[in-house]
Amino acid sequence: MVQPMVRTPIYLDNNATTRTDPRVVEAMLPFFTEDYGNAASRNHAFGWKAEEAVENAREQIAALIGCGPKEVIFTSGATESNNLAIKGVAAMYKSKGNHIVTVATEHKAVLDPCKRLERDGYTVTYLDVDRDGRVSAQQVAEALTDKTILVSIMGVNNEIGTVQPLAEIGKVCKAKGVLFHSDCVQAVGKVPVDVEAMGIDLLSLSGHKIYGPKGIGALYVRRKNPRVRLDPIIDGGGHERGMRSGTLPVPLIVGLGVACELCRKELTTEAERLTRLREKLREGIMSRLEEVYLNGHPTERQPGNLNLSFAFVEGEGLMMGMKEIAVSSGSACTSASLEPSYVLKALGVGDELAHSSIRFGLGRFTTEEDVAFTIDLVVKAVNHLRAMSPLYEMHKAGIDLNTIQWAAH
Amino acid sequence: MPYSTQVLDHYNNPRNVGSFDKDDPNVGTGLVGAPECGDVLRLQVKIDPATGRIEDACFKTFGCGSAIASSSLATEWLKGKTVEEALAIRNTEIVEELSLPPVKVHCSVLAEDAIKAAIRNYQEKQAQLPEQGQDQEQPAEVGSAS
Repeated sequence: MVQPMVRTPIYLDNNATTRTDPRVVEAMLPFFTEDYGNAASRNHAFGWKAEEAVENAREQIAALIGCGPKEVIFTSGATESNNLAIKGVAAMYKSKGNHIVTVATEHKAVLDPCKRLERDGYTVTYLDVDRDGRVSAQQVAEALTDKTILVSIMGVNNEIGTVQPLAEIGKVCKAKGVLFHSDCVQAVGKVPVDVEAMGIDLLSLSGHKIYGPKGIGALYVRRKNPRVRLDPIIDGGGHERGMRSGTLPVPLIVGLGVACELCRKELTTEAERLTRLREKLREGIMSRLEEVYLNGHPTERQPGNLNLSFAFVEGEGLMMGMKEIAVSSGSACTSASLEPSYVLKALGVGDELAHSSIRFGLGRFTTEEDVAFTIDLVVKAVNHLRAMSPLYEMHKAGIDLNTIQWAAH
Repeated sequence: MPYSTQVLDHYNNPRNVGSFDKDDPNVGTGLVGAPECGDVLRLQVKIDPATGRIEDACFKTFGCGSAIASSSLATEWLKGKTVEEALAIRNTEIVEELSLPPVKVHCSVLAEDAIKAAIRNYQEKQAQLPEQGQDQEQPAEVGSAS
């Protein structure tokens, strides 16, 4: 099965992080060694150059999500953006109410700030999702109370790629006058995002998910209709309209700006290309293997994301047999906790299928040859493991695995 | 997480993958773990009732590479051992042989449990056999594994 045209290992974990685009790196370099001024230095050429570069990046980011450049606040990444949005709104609007609405399948960078707020006396509603991982605008509407100050719902799920109906949710929030935050780390640059059309008041994005550098992110904060105010979580020199103090990392900001510009220019063609490659991968695998299940929505999903469960085979064991590709698994064995993916559990995927899940994350640098190679490799590895799986043998013998008294440990 | 060469070897070339007839009175089957926990080990031994020695062993495992390697190694070690010797195998020996990291120790525990379960199953089947012509040399009853 040697296909010499493919360079291994093949990176198929683009939902975890992406390769920094060489065009991005090139744009960043002068800001380390030549134009290294502090953007807050108002009195010399070095400072002016840096400030100009930062303002240019703000415009590039704004153009991608349909906001104004002054509404972009730089942060260290989406985890900080999510923390700032949720804790910042909670603290600032405390007198208005203490209720927050979010979803069970959100990223930990949203769920954990919400849990902390619960300990501080706030109430949080965690909405359930359907089998495809979607939440409806109606669920949001029904969860709102006169104490609700914030709704936080992600654009695209990081594990299963499901796209949430942001525009409909935004409409519900607007009608009720509740602020709407969206963690769009996996959505920005991959699917169309427009804060006006979607009624989003706060939006988190990250550089390294969109072929930009790690360590930089942004939070969009609406300036009018309504003007959103935030209590900062980092105090200091009053940068970023006082919402996020700290010297701006100009090279990273330049990189984020260029990354956004490239995504904006290439979004449509790239989304089409990745959807086609993803479907080729899915069909290639599912036509050659039985008992493979798709996790997440079949069509309303991020173009590059494919999440499959391979019944009777454990995820980490499977990854070990596919060392020529870099993927990730919802199996507990691959995570720090002992539990399999909480996202898959929320969809109603059983624990055994959660342990059997593999996330393929295709990206800008994924080729047709990579996909063809991956199909062959996956089929071979799954067959190898099924040949030694007692569960597969039982399945083949017609035994219902649910009727067996397992000695759980 | 980098795997030890021993784990990789057993994963890539698993020893004694297969199944014995579980209704054979000389076969003991141990099935431990649960699909929802991410590990299921099925280990089988074929024992010569006359000598009390394990003539053959095989396994099938659903689990990570360390679980597969632990079961594969166990079948290698079991062949030719007496029931007593087999019951003396400790999970720590498996950990040592495979250089398992702390998070994978439970795989070796499952393998030890599977050995004990397989032998217990054999002993239970032998005890239920109708009286046979010859006097069987039954191995001494060993404390049941838990």
